[in-house]
Amino acid sequence: MAVTPTDLSAALVMTPVAPADWLVVLPPAWCLLTGALLLMLRKSLHLQAWLAVPALAVLVLIDAALLAHVATNGPATMVMGRWLPPFGIAFTADLTGVLFALAGAVVALAGAVHALTDIDGRGRRYGFYPFLLLLMAGVSGAFLTGDIFNLYVWFEVLLISSFGLITLGSEPRQIDGAIKYAFLNLIATTLFLVTTGYLYGIFGTLNMADIAVKAAAARAELPLMTLATLYLLAFGMKAAAFPVNFWLPASYHTPRVVVSALFAGLLTKVGIYALLRTLIMLFPLEREELSFVIALAGAATMILGALGAIGQSDIRRLLGYAVISGIGVMLAGLSLGSPGGIGGAIFYALHSMIVMTALYMAAGLAGRLAGSFDLNLLGGLYTRSALFSALSLVLFFAVSGLPPFSGFWPKVMVAKAAMDIGAWWLVVVVLLTGFLTTIAFGRVFALAYWRPAADALPDETIPPSALVPLAALTALTVVFGLFPDPLLSLVQHAAQGLADPQAYIGSVFPGRT
Amino acid sequence: MNTLIFRTVAPFLTALMVLFSLFVLLRGHNEPGGGFIGGLIAVSALAIFGIANGIAAVRKALWFHPMAISAFGLFIACLAGLLSMVFAVPFMTGLWVYPVILGVEIPLSTVMLFDAGVYLVVVGAITSIALALEAGDDL
Amino acid sequence: MELPLVLLIGVFFAAAVYLMLSKFLVRVLLGVVLLGNGVNLLLFANGRVLREVPPIIPAGHDVPVTLTANPLPQALILTAIVISFSFFAFLLVLVYRAYQDLGTDNGNEMRVAEPENDPLPPTGY
Repeated sequence: MAVTPTDLSAALVMTPVAPADWLVVLPPAWCLLTGALLLMLRKSLHLQAWLAVPALAVLVLIDAALLAHVATNGPATMVMGRWLPPFGIAFTADLTGVLFALAGAVVALAGAVHALTDIDGRGRRYGFYPFLLLLMAGVSGAFLTGDIFNLYVWFEVLLISSFGLITLGSEPRQIDGAIKYAFLNLIATTLFLVTTGYLYGIFGTLNMADIAVKAAAARAELPLMTLATLYLLAFGMKAAAFPVNFWLPASYHTPRVVVSALFAGLLTKVGIYALLRTLIMLFPLEREELSFVIALAGAATMILGALGAIGQSDIRRLLGYAVISGIGVMLAGLSLGSPGGIGGAIFYALHSMIVMTALYMAAGLAGRLAGSFDLNLLGGLYTRSALFSALSLVLFFAVSGLPPFSGFWPKVMVAKAAMDIGAWWLVVVVLLTGFLTTIAFGRVFALAYWRPAADALPDETIPPSALVPLAALTALTVVFGLFPDPLLSLVQHAAQGLADPQAYIGSVFPGRT
Repeated sequence: MNTLIFRTVAPFLTALMVLFSLFVLLRGHNEPGGGFIGGLIAVSALAIFGIANGIAAVRKALWFHPMAISAFGLFIACLAGLLSMVFAVPFMTGLWVYPVILGVEIPLSTVMLFDAGVYLVVVGAITSIALALEAGDDL
Repeated sequence: MELPLVLLIGVFFAAAVYLMLSKFLVRVLLGVVLLGNGVNLLLFANGRVLREVPPIIPAGHDVPVTLTANPLPQALILTAIVISFSFFAFLLVLVYRAYQDLGTDNGNEMRVAEPENDPLPPTGY
C-alpha cells in the first residue's frame, strides 16, 4: 500500500522530552499502573498492603519532586501522543494543582497506613487498596490535567472508584448512603459535562490555556456568564456547598471510617479545585459578577455546617457537617477573588484535607476504644489514652481555626481580604463559624474524652500503625501553624498564577506570550 | 431459553463471536472497530454462553476472574503509554515495529497494545457486572 | 437541522427531570440514563451539525482528502457513552442490592443511614 507521506511536523512535538517533564503525567499513570497490579493480585490479601503503602509513598515522592520542579521552573506541560496543544490533550502542572496533588498524596498515604488495622480481611477482599490507588489516579489526574474534558474523565475515574470504596462491605447502611451519594454525584458530573459541551460549542477548544486566551480576547460577544454559572452549580454540588450539599451528610458516615477519612480529605476538595480553576483562571470577570452569590452560598454553607455539627450526636455525622463548614470558608475566599482571598481558599483547602482526614481517623479510634460513635454513650477516652486525647484536642483546635494551628492562617487571610473590600458581614460570619465550631468540638472533647466512662470500656488498645498516621497528620497541622511562612509564600504564588495565568499559558504555548 | 437447540448451538456461536470480536479489535486501527466495540462483542458472546449453560460454566471458561482480566487490560494499556518514556517522546506516542515473521511483515505498535488493553478492560468489567447481576452476589 | 435536534434535547431533558423527581429509584435511574443520552445529543449539536462525510482517512493517505464532519464531538460522545454505560451498570447493581437488602425501592423509605428519630446530643453531664 503506497502511503503518501504528509509533513505533520508543524503539529507535532519534534524535540526530545526532558525527563523532568515526565513528572507531570507520572502521578496518575503510576497510580493506574499499581492499582491495576493490585487488582490482579486481589487474592493475595497480605501482599496488598505491602505493595500499596510503598506505591503511595512513591506517589508522595513524585508529587514532591514535581512541586520542587514547578516552584523553581514555573508550570510544566506534557502533551499526549506528540500532538501539540490545543490538538493533543495537555497535562499542565502549576503550583495550585501540584500543591493539591501533594496534599492528596500525603492524605492517601496516611489513610493506607491507617487502614492496615482498620480494614479487615473482608474489606481487603473487596479491594480496598486497588480502589484507593485508582481513586488517587483520578484525584491526581484531576489536579494536573490542562484539558477540561479530560478533567471530566478524571472526575469520573475518581467517582467510580469512590463508589467501590463506599460500598466496601455492602452493609444495608452503606448501600443506603451509597445510593444517595452515587445518584447526586452522577447528576453533578452530568451537569459538568453539559457545561463542557456548551463551552466546546462556544470556543471550539477544550484546552484550558487556549480557553483562557480566547475568553480574554472575545469576552464581550460570548455568553460566558452561562458557562460560569453552570460550572458554579456543578462544582458547587461536588464540593457540597449550600444549597446542594445534602448528599454529604447522608453518606459520609456510612462507609468504613478510613474510607470516610479519605473522602473527607480528597473528594470535596477536587470540587473546590475545579471551581478555582474555572472561575478564577478561565472566567474571572464572570466570577466578579457572581461574587455576591458565591459569598452568600459560602456564608450559608459555613453557618449551616457549624449548626449541623452542633446538632449531631453521632461523631461521624458531626464531622460530615464540619467538612461542609470548611467548604464555606473556601467559597468565601473564592468569592473575594483578590490574591489574599484565593490564597486563603487554597491554604484552607490544604489544611482541610489534612485535618478532616485526621479527624475521621480520630473518630474511628474513639469509636473503637469506647465501642460507640454516639455522644450519649461515649466517655472516658482521656483516662484510656492521654496521648490520643492530646492529638485529638490539637485537631479540634485546628478545625475550629484557633491559633497556633494550621486552620488559623487561612481564616486570617480570608478575613483580611474581606475587610479590605469592606465586606464586614463576611468577616462576622467567618468568626461566628469559628465560634460555633469551637462549641461543637469543645462539647465532643468534654463528653467523649473528659467525662468519666458510664460503664466498662471494651478491652481495646490503639495499634501503633493506626496512631502513627494520625500523629503525623497532627504534626503537619502544628508545623504549618507554627511556621506558616514557606507554605504562605507558595500559596500566594499559586494564587497569583491562577489570577494571572500568563505563565500557565506560556507553558502550554511556548511561542504565544 | 434453556432449549436443547440453544444449548447445542451456544458454544459454536460463542466461539464465532469471540473470533469476530478479535477481528474487530485488530481492524480498528484505521477502520471502524477497536477495543471497546470488540470487547462488547466478546461480552455478548459470553452472555450467550452464560444464558445457555449457566454462570458457573462462564466462570470456568474464563479461567481468570473477570476483574483480574480487566486489571490486566488496564495494566498493559498503561504500560503502552509509559513505553514512550524510554524513547524520549511524550506520553502515549504511538511507537511502531515491523518484524518479519515467516516472510510476512507484521506491523506492531503500542497503539495496538493499548487497544488490546481496552478490549480486556471492557471484557472483564462488563462480564463481572453481568455475572453479578445474574448471580445476585457481590461485585 | 439544529432546531429539531435542540427540541429533541429539550424533550430528553424534560423527561429525565420528570423521572428523576420520582421517589422510586428505578425511575430515577431511567431518568439518569435519559439525561445521559440528552447530554450526548447536546455534545453532538454543539459540535455543529454538517452534511459531510464521516471523518475516516482513506487507505493510502495521511490526512483526510475531502472536507469531513467534526470528529471531536464524536470522540467526546463515545467517551461519555462509555462512562454513562458503566455508571448505569453500577447503579443498576446498587439499586438491585438496595431493593434486596433494604426491602424497598422508595427513596423516602430508605432511612437506615439517617434514622428518623436520632437522639439529640446531651446538653451536659
